[in-house]
Amino acid sequence: MIRTLAGQIREFKLPSILTPLAMIGEVICEMVIPLLMASIVDIGIGGGNMGHILATGAKMVAVALAGLFFGLMGGYFGSMASAGFARNLRKAMFDNIQTYSFANIDKFSSSGLVTRMTTDVTNVQNSYQMLLRMSFRAPMSMIVALIMSFIISPRIASIYLVAVFFLSIFMAFMMTRTTKYFRAVFEKYDKLNESVQENVRAIRVVKAYVREDYEKDRFRRAADNIYQMFVRAEKNIVTVMPVMQGVVYIVILTISWVGAHMIVQNSLTTGNLMSLLTYCMNILMNLMMISMIFVMLTMSSASARRIAEVIEEKSTLTNPENPVMEMADGSIEFDHVDFAYNRESDEPVLKDICLSIKSGESIGIIGGTGSAKSSLVSLISRLYDVTKGAVRVGGLDVRDYDMEALRNQVSVVLQKNVLFSGTIYDNLRWGNRDATDEQCREACRMACADEFIEQMPDGYETYIEQGGSNVSGGQKQRLCIARALLKKPRILILDDSTSACDTATDARIHQAFDTMIPDTTKLVIAQRISSVMNCDRIIVMDNGRVDGFDTPERLLATNAIYREVYESQTGGHGDFDN
Amino acid sequence: MAEERNTQRGPGPRGGRRGMPRPKVENPGRLLKRSLSYVTKFYKWHMVLVLCCIVVSVLANVQGTMFTRTLIDSYITPMIGQADPDFSSLAAAIARVACFYAIGIIAAYTQSRTMIYVSQGTLKRLRTELFDHMQSLPISYFDTHAHGDIMSIYTNDIDTLRQMISQSIPQLFNSIITVVSIFSMMLVLSVPLTLTTVVMIAVMLFLTMKVTSLSGQNFVAQQKNLGKLNGFIEEMLTGQKVVKVFCHEQENIQAFDELNENLYQSAFRANAYSNIIGPINAQLGNLNYVICAIVGGLLAINKFAGFTVGALASFLTFNKNIGMPINQVSMQINSIIMALAGADRIFNLLDAAPEKDEGYVMLANSEYDEEGNLREADHRTGQWAWKHYHKATDTTDYRPLEGDVTFNGVDFGYTDDKMVLFDIWIHAKPGQKIALVGSTGAGKTTITNLINRFYDIQDGKIRYDNININKICKKDLRRSLGMVLQDTHLFTGTVMENIRYGKLDATDEEVKAAARLANADGFIRRLPQGYDTMLRGDGANLSQGQRQLLAIARAAIADPPVLILDEATSSIDTRTEKIVQDGMDSLMKGRTTFVIAHRLSTVRNSDLIIVLERGRIIEQGTHDELIALGKKYYQLYNGTSAPAEAGA
Repeated sequence: MIRTLAGQIREFKLPSILTPLAMIGEVICEMVIPLLMASIVDIGIGGGNMGHILATGAKMVAVALAGLFFGLMGGYFGSMASAGFARNLRKAMFDNIQTYSFANIDKFSSSGLVTRMTTDVTNVQNSYQMLLRMSFRAPMSMIVALIMSFIISPRIASIYLVAVFFLSIFMAFMMTRTTKYFRAVFEKYDKLNESVQENVRAIRVVKAYVREDYEKDRFRRAADNIYQMFVRAEKNIVTVMPVMQGVVYIVILTISWVGAHMIVQNSLTTGNLMSLLTYCMNILMNLMMISMIFVMLTMSSASARRIAEVIEEKSTLTNPENPVMEMADGSIEFDHVDFAYNRESDEPVLKDICLSIKSGESIGIIGGTGSAKSSLVSLISRLYDVTKGAVRVGGLDVRDYDMEALRNQVSVVLQKNVLFSGTIYDNLRWGNRDATDEQCREACRMACADEFIEQMPDGYETYIEQGGSNVSGGQKQRLCIARALLKKPRILILDDSTSACDTATDARIHQAFDTMIPDTTKLVIAQRISSVMNCDRIIVMDNGRVDGFDTPERLLATNAIYREVYESQTGGHGDFDN
Repeated sequence: MAEERNTQRGPGPRGGRRGMPRPKVENPGRLLKRSLSYVTKFYKWHMVLVLCCIVVSVLANVQGTMFTRTLIDSYITPMIGQADPDFSSLAAAIARVACFYAIGIIAAYTQSRTMIYVSQGTLKRLRTELFDHMQSLPISYFDTHAHGDIMSIYTNDIDTLRQMISQSIPQLFNSIITVVSIFSMMLVLSVPLTLTTVVMIAVMLFLTMKVTSLSGQNFVAQQKNLGKLNGFIEEMLTGQKVVKVFCHEQENIQAFDELNENLYQSAFRANAYSNIIGPINAQLGNLNYVICAIVGGLLAINKFAGFTVGALASFLTFNKNIGMPINQVSMQINSIIMALAGADRIFNLLDAAPEKDEGYVMLANSEYDEEGNLREADHRTGQWAWKHYHKATDTTDYRPLEGDVTFNGVDFGYTDDKMVLFDIWIHAKPGQKIALVGSTGAGKTTITNLINRFYDIQDGKIRYDNININKICKKDLRRSLGMVLQDTHLFTGTVMENIRYGKLDATDEEVKAAARLANADGFIRRLPQGYDTMLRGDGANLSQGQRQLLAIARAAIADPPVLILDEATSSIDTRTEKIVQDGMDSLMKGRTTFVIAHRLSTVRNSDLIIVLERGRIIEQGTHDELIALGKKYYQLYNGTSAPAEAGA
């Protein structure tokens, strides 16, 4: 994981190295200053030597300026390195996601990927900056302070060592204890928020069943529970500060006592004593800082792991060595195909499928939910690879084609379809980036989308909101069909793509296909029997198998499932919603 | 030691980051007062205790710093050169200081310990109050506010408020007292040196402000670019499968690179400025130290106004220690203002007007007495009656709950300036099935929203059992109506609990009976833990059809005389659809039902079909009547859609 992430530092290696170096420079300046201060107090003030005060003061200003320089460099390079690292991480993830196959996308889920690219990257960016700027600085600062103390007085410095030792043990203990506590609290807290969300979403149900008081009661109990848990967890945490302070104070007093003796015995100066007190604070503060860095790093390690997973994921589909770019015709053949979404564990969703479809045929596909209709067609444009057997298009195994060439020839209108923000023209040109306005309009005519587009105030220049939220379901479906048509594919697959259009429109779309693109092989998945009734042949799917494949007339006579669906839907279809 | 533990996780605004721009908050004083009133109302004495503790701990700390001076001046210097120095007075002094320190520590501990109760307790109250109030809000609130925004109040805004109460305010108070006490100590030690320090601090604050405003501008740019990039990522990753199908990967990468680069530039600048505030302050502090040392040295050497070496030592310590609390004050004010922006959103929700209910007609258990008159019963009889109190005559009459619903010339608009329903007349007799038919946006759902008073009508009257529904207590009105929505919402909990939502005191047997009625029993039994199977995330582990069956069972157990059904249009397969349909049919039996119909069979079997277009009833009657009429319904039925509404 670390290697994957570190690999993304790339051009920001130099700032990543310069930052801790600058921070170390700053620390050294910071450490020298108490020495100079002591010298001012001892020799300058104590000895009444104004010349020394000025000379040392000048040195101190010089060191302060150096410290400022290092500090600025550290700040500058630190933010460059972390912002750049974040940029590279996002790029690496996004680039890799673009190579993902459907199987890869299914594995992570879209929303999961979004979180990884946004929240997780921000977490890692913050931690990286902290790592560069603080994780060298704090231990460095502590070590330098300890060394300085030893130079001044080994006897007093050894007091620090004892204090640091005990405090480290105490902090380590408290950290593990409280992180455990807080993890539990936050889990509960997330649950509480989830239940609020559930309530907001289902407010109509709550109100319809007059369950306001019931929900309030439940929430009150949950909030009470959270309160108790938070109080318990925080009680733990508040012991940290007093203990810290106590140790600091004890150390200060001990130094004062021991130091006083040493000064009287002439083995220490007053200035030195003051420096030692400064170092004391410094050491203990940095100890605290180190423990915070640990907490921060553990918290973001989960984010780092999630990012690394996305970058390391290998696409399950790869292009062949010598890909075929041309497709002979639009014939399709399934040769004893088995298919499972998860090769190792799953029961196959398609079992021993054998089909042969001629170029230019129009094929309907019907079957219940979970009968694997969508899975069947997704193999044709190689969205997934078969587990066994082979799918051939234009006489060649789909795995022999260049993937882009294959998908340009096999145009799929997905069941869960999406429009993107941009004008209607922009959206249509996803199908063919060089399509002329006229070609776009022609595709829309075929998909029966022209009528409503022309009624829109801006026509084809109408801006589609993200996710196509400003067009109705039926309109969206027709735009998606038009977009797919612009590819001028040899094979066109409609996966339940007219379900939101009324029956008449649906019929007109299919009519247009028959007259305008007769040579294109058409596969139509539908729930509505009227959408497939006029196809040349119909595939009846049942539980991952082909239950029947024949002309509609013959199926009516021979296939029980087809007959059942047909009979339940005859007599005009009541699609009153459109 | 200013930084406290970091408990905030995830994204969202976090207070205190140096150089973040302050959000604009109107009337921060009022907001602060109101936020604090939650604290002072229940925790007045706690807060007094906390304030006392802060004062004590600050003073203990300051006296410790003062001790350096006495240590050197009063104890060490006199002993230097003595043949037989007496350490007993030093021991006594150290013991005295130790006592002060101990008191300081106890005070600090008491303070943080008390603050736990104050902050968590306040949050609990606030959270509960928010939720309680939210439950009382009308549906229109939820329809007009993005759910994400409502949620963010519970998570982000409450969290920043917690930080304000538990950290920022005590810290601010602490810092101010520290600054004041250090400052007065400095004044006592030396007026000229104090003036020098004040000048330096002014320079420091000025520079900090300059850099902060530079950094603030870049933070705004960073937020904007981050928003753009996140929007792009979300849109493209949601549509990633479409991207693949259309081989659009290269274009995407190009667009992404540009947005990513912009974000990098602004993030880099914003953080760089914010990072350098610290070093600038630190080194200015050192400079300040040197200047004071030189000036102080001059004073001490010349024994100006009795200024001693020890006094200079102490002063220099103070000088070093005053920088941090002053920075703290400006940082904490920043994060308080951020929290107030959140508080503003919290109070906006709390101030939203709750649903009004002036109804006084209530549902009561009833039974018939010997003379056949309906009278109130004190136990569950299964026979409900409307209890109608007449003020004029001071009499109460009881009318049986039957389920007769009428619309008399109803006009309605979600806002007053845009009406969506015009002059609606419907009469549904008890037990009748009424099908609402028409294109999207014709007003079908709106009509159902009016019966249970999710929205109130502008003109006309709706009557339930011949009582104006405005007179009926909303709770009782809704109790007498069942609802199965198109989007099924389930709650985290077992299947059993979800069905029982319709009737909280239902026995397990009743739940199962309702499930059987709804045709849901079959699939529930096949679930891994049957009725005890846990549902999570709105029933994500169930199929669409199964979720609908549960919603039907939930309505069935409530057993209302009037039902509102919204048939699902989504493509569930024919077999599941049949199961759902059968469930709905048995639920509708014997109840007045308003159904937003999509299925032919439902419509055909209705007692009354209402055809809506653009908010008006254009046809109503039975199937046969409307077919004979040969107009809109006839066209819809035959699937020969008229050109005028082909645009759906």
